[in-house]
Order: sequence, then structure tokens, then C-alpha cells
Amino acid sequence: MSINHLQINEQGRLRHFLTTEGIDRALLVDILDYAESFVTIVQRAVKKVPLLRGKTVANLFFEPSTRTRTTFELAAKRLSADVLSLDMPISATQKGESMADTLHTLQAMHCDMFIVRHAYSGAAHFIASQVSSHVHVINGGDGCHAHPTQAILDMFTIRRHKPDFTSLKVAIVGDILHSRVARSEIYALRSMGVSEIRVIGPKTLIPDHIESLGVYPYYEMNDGLIDVDVIIMLRLQRERMHSALLPGGHEYFQRYGLTEHRFALARSDAIIMHPGPINRGVEIDSAVVNNKRSLILQQVSYGIAVRMAIMAMIMGHPQE
Amino acid sequence: MRITISNGEIIDPANNLHQTGDIFIDQGRIVGVGQCPDNFIAEQKIDASQQIVCPGLIDLCAYLYEPGQEHKATIYSETAAAAASGITTICCLPDTVPVIDEPSVVELVLRRSANSQQSKVFPIGALTDGLKGKALAAIDTLKSAGCIAVSNANIPINDTEVLRRALEYAKTCNLTVHLYCQDGFLSKNGVMHEGIMSVRLGLSGIPAVAETIAISRALLLIEQIGTRVHFCRISTASGLSLIADAKSRGLEISADVSIANLHLTDVDVNTFNTDCFILPPLREEQDKEALRAGLTNGTISNICSNHQPHQSSSKNVPFSMAEPGASTIEMLLPLTLSLVQETSLTMSQAIAALTSLPAHIIGAASGNLSVGTCADICIFDPQAVWTVDRNKLLSAGKNTPFDSWSMRGQVTHTIIDGNIIYQRH
Repeated sequence: MSINHLQINEQGRLRHFLTTEGIDRALLVDILDYAESFVTIVQRAVKKVPLLRGKTVANLFFEPSTRTRTTFELAAKRLSADVLSLDMPISATQKGESMADTLHTLQAMHCDMFIVRHAYSGAAHFIASQVSSHVHVINGGDGCHAHPTQAILDMFTIRRHKPDFTSLKVAIVGDILHSRVARSEIYALRSMGVSEIRVIGPKTLIPDHIESLGVYPYYEMNDGLIDVDVIIMLRLQRERMHSALLPGGHEYFQRYGLTEHRFALARSDAIIMHPGPINRGVEIDSAVVNNKRSLILQQVSYGIAVRMAIMAMIMGHPQE
Repeated sequence: MRITISNGEIIDPANNLHQTGDIFIDQGRIVGVGQCPDNFIAEQKIDASQQIVCPGLIDLCAYLYEPGQEHKATIYSETAAAAASGITTICCLPDTVPVIDEPSVVELVLRRSANSQQSKVFPIGALTDGLKGKALAAIDTLKSAGCIAVSNANIPINDTEVLRRALEYAKTCNLTVHLYCQDGFLSKNGVMHEGIMSVRLGLSGIPAVAETIAISRALLLIEQIGTRVHFCRISTASGLSLIADAKSRGLEISADVSIANLHLTDVDVNTFNTDCFILPPLREEQDKEALRAGLTNGTISNICSNHQPHQSSSKNVPFSMAEPGASTIEMLLPLTLSLVQETSLTMSQAIAALTSLPAHIIGAASGNLSVGTCADICIFDPQAVWTVDRNKLLSAGKNTPFDSWSMRGQVTHTIIDGNIIYQRH
């Protein structure tokens, strides 16, 4: 059984959206093209379309999040869906029964879609395997495994500035070990045909075997950024770090912080992205955040359009 | 009762026997092999034509959860599942609740298994008090109470000084230590093998060095002290070669492997399948192949089930929230037999890995069909094909990674101390 056996149905259509792994270029481009149509909607005076009217979307966030939850809520509301946002208690002793029971209760209330964010890898797959056939699941981030909607909105952002993926060198910088964003990005970038993907960070944050995903590890930031077209900065996930992975203090910024000096090593038209939230002075310098080639805020606004497209698509709406 | 098992293909590796013939049982013991004893009149006859007759199987590692976790399984439920699978002796691990670190718990386990009247249970006692890895358990008292070995179960002893003293003391008491080798610090929080699959799945991994570092540490101490140690449930090719090397240098050690590690790899976790959340973790294809080769060349002595039943609520959760363990005891025999088709392991070697070799490790009198031995016998049809259906398993645990697998080889009779405990209808 492949990782996609749950998310793609027999007709080859998306039933859930759990991971970018195994999603081919044609489907990715479909999603990106569909998202284009929603970009204009969010800029209108009346920002709603009735595509999901009468449907109920439940945000199941087992991990705290303001940004992702807000964008999903906005996306669902702009599609005219009814939205429930549930903050699930996070506890080390939380047992599986509670999650299964919650799901069954919500299903009994006839929710049509769950957006799930959870601290444990595989949680979205688990939920997708439990729900009945008419219910759809979107992975809003599961542990260190996947954050597919973030990857799609990043592809969308890149495409808007650099439409030819095949000539691009992309560098992803930071805590690759714990990053679900990095994993989802890598699969999406490869499907889009990117010629070279680099991961940059200290050895402790770059897992052994990362090359098996088709990327090149660099442990020196200055080497890794040379001639790069796209720089994706990741936040240090200290909440996921259990052991001696990094020294304290400013050493991480000294070696891997994106400063203006380091940014100049990349191509003169390189773009900077960051899934957010940013930690100024930890992974990225304030001056660089404010640079006109930093697309961080664009990512946020494209994120709503992209999520609208994904939600509409998995609910079965063909592209307009 | 006097029983004749007639016309079976007798495979008794301990006595180098592989021939068609009859076996005669009286008063719980084997009284004749091939040759009918004088004046022997059978009260019951078992026709074993087209079937293999071998010593009852001996499983050096299975979880029975009694005392303390009877909601998962009981001595009765699991020994009954074992008996129906040809297993006549099970060694249970000491991590029950309370731990098997005092004689009263040993007596409880022995009494409950005697009352169950299914497979025999030989308890393995705790190496350290409460399995906490800090103070020695009363090893000699546990031995007198009936423990056939001592072990710290799956719980690492991180304090090297404690491990050293525990090995010295176990040697003093002349008891084999069953050691499961995994460095506690490197394996903390790990839920599967650290490799390409764990990176893809974003799951915390247990690197191979967690096993090799722990094995190396133990071997160096054993070299100095001379304790008899059985390395349990080896999972890596590199760990296996350390064992092979130490054996060739003359250390009195043995090693076993869990049946799951001979058939499954980390790729089987692919879709976050919690039935593949097992310790030791399922490693890579090259590890599986090395373990198979180790069995054929004798570096590995025996195969255990590492049977760990769980309720569905423990497995029907996101991967890292599940409890580790797989229900495997009912597949131990056919999955061992399939190695005869798939590798250069002979049928005799396969049977030895489940009978004479584990018997030798724990010093059991059974595991053979010698005249005078207790009549613990397994009769099975080597051609019978059946499909694993998790809902039809006899074990209280339906958490098997072998669900829907086709098995070849099915037990028809299990005899324990001369009584027919199980008979397939």
C-alpha cells in the first residue's frame, strides 16, 4: 500500500489532502491553476463564493496555531462554509480513545471536513482512515511528517515570481530534522522539476539519509547559498527538540542566520520565503525581512487562496 | 494414558533423527521411538501420516501480562493460543505488574499456568530490582523459586557499573542472563528504525548503533567476567556480526531473533501501520537478510515469537501514541517453515531453532524426542495452507502485522506431558 492509498480515490481525484508525497506534477499544477482563480476573489469587495455553502468544516487543532487556523477559517468562510474551531487539549497522557471518540461525535454531527493539526506524525492519516466515506480530511500539519498546504502555497508563491521550476536552485535552511514543512516542500519541489534542492543546517538538524529524498546537504551556509534562486528559511522548532541538538545563545544565528551579507551570495534576483512565524535575530535578520525580495507576507495572503482551492477541490468541485 | 503416534515424519534434531515412524507415550513420557516397547497397548492412537512429528516448540519470549495487565491478556488466553500453535513451553518476561523480582510472583505465575493446563510457562526473573537498573534483584531466590534465567526485559540498564555487577552476580548464582541490547539514551523516544523510512514519515528513529553500542558494551564485560549470556531479539546486521565475532573468540554466548524481524522491514511501517510498531524495531532489508543468513550459519540459535498482545485501543491511535508489540505466537511455526522455502535453511534446522536449541539455552529437558523425556510433542501438517484472519486469532491480541498473510503449516495435535492438550477438528 502506498502512502497515497487514502488521499487519492479510484478516479485519481483528491479525496483528502494529507501529504505532497506521491502527488504528481499534473495534479500539483491543477491545484496551482485553480488557486489562481481564488486570488482575485480575496481581493474583491465581497470576498465570498458559495462553493461550500451548507457544508460544515471543523478545525481540529491538537497543537496551538494562530496563523494556520486563521487562514483555514478564513478560507472556509470565504467559500461560504460553516466553521467550527476546536482546540483539543494537549496532554502527555491524552489517550487514543478520546480522539476516536471526538471524531465519532463530530461525524454524528455531520461535519463534512476536518482540518487537522497534531503533534504526532501520522495523525492526519489516522483520522483519514477512521472517517466515513463522505468526510474529507486536510492535514494542517502532523508532527514532523507533513504540512502539504504550506508546500502548495510556497509553490504558488515561487511560480508567481519564477515560473520555470526546472532551472531553479532552491535552498531550505534550518531545522530540517523536525520540519514537516521541509519534507512537504521537498516532495513538491521535486514533482515540479526543480533542478537542485539544498538543505542547509548543522549536522544535528539534518537527518542521515536525507539524500534519499533527492536533496544535497550543506553544513556551511556560505557554501549552500551560492547562486541559489529561492531561499526558504525555517524556524528553529525548539518545542520539538528533546536533546542536545544546538548550543544556546547566538551561535545558531552566527552560523546559519540569513544576514544581508549572506543573502548577497545568492543570485541577484533571488527570493526569500519563510512559512512563519519568523524569529528575528534567530534565523533571519530584520533588514532581510524588510527587503523587497522577501515574500513572507505574500505567502500569507496566497495561503488563503490556495487553501480555498484545495478545500473546494477535495469537496469535489471541478476547476472553473 | 498410553498413546501411539503412528506413521509420522519424525524430525528430532537433538537426536539427529529424521525418519518416518511411530512414537509411543506412557505416563507422560516418551517410552519408544520407532520401536514399540514390549507389551505396549495403546489406549489412543493418533494417525500422523503425511504429517511431521517433532518436539513441542519452545518460545523463549512471549508476553503473558499476568499478573497486573489482565485486560490485555491472561496466562490462560495466551498459553491456550500457544498450545494450539504447537508451542509447549513459553518463557515469559519479568515485566509484569508487579515485576517478577520476588518469589511470590514466580509462584503466582507457575500456579496460574499449572491451573490453565495449556502450554508450560517458565518464568524469566528480573535482573535488577523492579527492573529499575539500580539494585540487584534477589537472583538466587528467584532461581530457587523456579526462574530459568534472569533478564531486564526491554528496559536498558544505563548504569554500566550496575550491569557489570549484575553480570558478576548472575554468574555467581550460575544463571544465564537474557540481555536485550539497546542503548537507553540513543533509543529514547524512538518508535521505529532510524533510516530512510523514518525520515520520510517524520517519526523519531532508533539508530542501529543503539543496538551495536549496547552489544559491544555487554561483550566487553562478558569477556572480563565470563557470564553466560543469551542476546535476545537481535535486529541489526552489524549487531549480528559482533555476536559472530565474539562466538568465534570462544565466548559462551548465544543469540536469538524475533520472527517478525525475519519477515518484515521498516518499509512495512509505510502507511503508519501501528501493527508494525514493534521493539526491537523492524530494520532494513539488508538487516533482515543478514538475520536470515545468521540463522542458517548458526550465529543465531533460536527464533522467538516476541509475542505482545494489545487491545485495539492501544493500537487504533496515531503511530507514536500506540504501544509497541505485535501478536505473533500463532504464526511462529508456519513463518519459520516458510524460511525453509525462502532460504537455504533446512527443515531440520528450522525445527531445531524452535526446539532443541532453545531447550539447550534454558537448560530444559524437553525439546527432544528421546526415550524417557517428558512427552511434549507437536504434530503438524506441513502442506496445510491457511490465511491469517486477525479476528479469528485465539490470542487476546488481534494486533498482528501478518493479517491476510497466507501460511503453510498447521498444527493438528499438541501433546504436553503426554496429554493431548490441543487437537484440530
